[in-house]
Amino acid sequence: MALSTSFRSNLIKPLTALTALSSTQHLRRPFSSSVDDSTALTIETSVPFVGHKCEPPSRNVETTSKELLGFFHDMALMRRMEIASDSLYKSKLIRGFCHLYDGQEAVAVGMEAAITKKDCIITAYRDHCIYLGRGGTLVECFSELMGRQAGCSKGKGGSMHFYKKDSGFYGGHGIVGAQVPLGCGLAFAQKYSKDETVTFAMYGDGAANQGQLFEALNMAALLDLPAIFVCENNHYGMGTAEWRAAKSPSYYKRGDYVPGLKVDGMDAFAVKQACRFAKEHALKNGPIILEMDTYRYHGHSMSDPGSTYRTRDEISGVRQERDPIERIRKLILSHELSTEAELKNIEKKIRSEVDDAIAQAKESSMPDPSELFTNVYVKGFGIEVAGADRKEVRGVLP
Amino acid sequence: MAATGTMRRSFGSLAFSISKRAFSTSPSPVDANGLKSMNLFSAINHALQIALESDPRAYVFGEDVSFGGVFRCTTGLADRFGKGRVFNTPLCEQGIVGFGIGLAAMGNRAIAEIQFADYIYPAFDQIVNEAAKFRYRSGNQFNCGGLTIRAPYGAVGHGGHYHSQSPESFFCHVPGIKVVIPRSPKQAKGLLLSCIRDPNPIVFFEPKWLYRLAVEEVPEHDYMLPLSEAEVIRQGTDITLVGWGAQLAVMEQACSDAEKEGISCELIDLRTLLPWDKETVEASVRKTGRLLVSHEAPVTGGFGAEISASMVERCFLRLEAPVARVCGLDTPFPLVFEPFYMPTKNKILDAIKSTVNY
Repeated sequence: MALSTSFRSNLIKPLTALTALSSTQHLRRPFSSSVDDSTALTIETSVPFVGHKCEPPSRNVETTSKELLGFFHDMALMRRMEIASDSLYKSKLIRGFCHLYDGQEAVAVGMEAAITKKDCIITAYRDHCIYLGRGGTLVECFSELMGRQAGCSKGKGGSMHFYKKDSGFYGGHGIVGAQVPLGCGLAFAQKYSKDETVTFAMYGDGAANQGQLFEALNMAALLDLPAIFVCENNHYGMGTAEWRAAKSPSYYKRGDYVPGLKVDGMDAFAVKQACRFAKEHALKNGPIILEMDTYRYHGHSMSDPGSTYRTRDEISGVRQERDPIERIRKLILSHELSTEAELKNIEKKIRSEVDDAIAQAKESSMPDPSELFTNVYVKGFGIEVAGADRKEVRGVLP
Repeated sequence: MAATGTMRRSFGSLAFSISKRAFSTSPSPVDANGLKSMNLFSAINHALQIALESDPRAYVFGEDVSFGGVFRCTTGLADRFGKGRVFNTPLCEQGIVGFGIGLAAMGNRAIAEIQFADYIYPAFDQIVNEAAKFRYRSGNQFNCGGLTIRAPYGAVGHGGHYHSQSPESFFCHVPGIKVVIPRSPKQAKGLLLSCIRDPNPIVFFEPKWLYRLAVEEVPEHDYMLPLSEAEVIRQGTDITLVGWGAQLAVMEQACSDAEKEGISCELIDLRTLLPWDKETVEASVRKTGRLLVSHEAPVTGGFGAEISASMVERCFLRLEAPVARVCGLDTPFPLVFEPFYMPTKNKILDAIKSTVNY
């Protein structure tokens, strides 16, 4: 199977950039205790960006030690939350369909680092970590996952339907690709408001083949919308490898007349640089596609073991060579911003934070049964909703 | 989550036996009559095998089907019949159905899978505007009669908003297609083969709750069950119950409980919803004088409404009580409230009693 070998090796690109760190300051850097939070650093992305109808941004990303440590913390928190969700699902505390984000954390974290909460994000059902990135709390996440009142959608949405209106997170959508045209609508409204904000409409490599994606692209380009199409290419649409489902798996080029950028989605700094670039581009010139080359460690959903259509070697290879958290860990250590023990401590703290949040979420009660009838229509219609058994199950819409 | 646990349906024995045994891939023994113990997804798999074997111009395609599909219905088919006849499509429901219509228009048997009935809506335009009216608007020059669209529908206990819907009534409003829903493995195999070979485009909804749960003795050989023919699966004299798919197992339990209280129920499996067998239902209602319809889809505008209206038209003077509808609630399919939403056995039993005592 020459095909699969070459395909696999394609996924596992060694982080050569790690050995060629572009920072010149780290030689004289003291240990973490005395590091200034705002010390400026320049970090080179692991691989160059590839542009389609646009000049790609520089590989050298400006950052600070604070941001670097922040990336580590946030991604480790996301990873831990997803691992905990996995066990909650297996113990049947989470029901319904549940899609985990572990492996793709750099996309959520890097994107947030480049934009503000006034920019909008809309995504599909792999939404836990995007929600966390937008400022959601662990307790809200776990409560929603377990269908409790304290959840971000009052326990009525579940895993696939997280929303956070106050920071422009439009969710949380169940049907593959259906959220992308919505993103164009958001961007159109933003263009009217003239407040220099953009929408990130996220979808996967599977959704990239949906017809409505192309409809959305055309509309966005016609109307010069500040819409950024973010294709999180984790290389498998459920169990189907990208090249089996797409004649051209170069998703950043599939907008044809819409410019695109291929980004290493396992490198939070590359994501940050790309998103900053895309925002500027979108405000000036209209839509752009960002293809984030990333990887999910878990299967598509909890009912997919994730090991039947790809080899274990491939998964462990990506873990070893491209893991987004390990990459940041190595950067922190090589810049002597923190010690290995301190990072382990952070992870330990995160672990107990997550455990506490789960305990708190379990305390939250299930929504009241009357909630079954709320939010179907808005208030004021006075409509009586009846169940199948009109005598027993009925309620007036509030 | 205790509520979910206790409200889970427990299936009794219907005309078929349902056991909670796990699916085993080892071949089950075939008895002397050529019967083999099979669950629902194996029966579907068997029907597809026969369809591919018996017609070299039959094709199976859809999302993930060459790996066996998410419910294992197409396991082994790609290996056996080759990637040219059993193949994956990208994630593009509208494309899948449109492609199937074209394939069928050239005289082939196009068997398309939509991974969940909840995902069928992007293909709604193709089904309603292209497939259903192709023959009519071309003056019978063209048709896509070889098209069969399979899609798993209905609740599974914890599917939430987008893996639980029952969209059958949308399609029952479309002259030109047929809508078929089987209740058990044996029915599924026979009905699916009929659908594939029927010269009309068909939407075939499979009750996903029963894929592993329903096990039955299924004939090994190639057989077909008639379309547009309802089946009386339980004889009775006091009230007629009409349903389809997974709901019949729940209704059967309600019938048994009602029997203990001295009410004799007649249970009818409609099997084909469009065009449906009014005569069988009418004959039964004329006998019992009462009618109850039950389905998982929301009550308003559900297919139960059509059955109810037709029976009122046909045998108004024979009805001794209003037609009862025990259906899903008029809400989106809920996640944690699924037990409340569902038309459960007790809701049906109550409705049986109040109809009989009207």
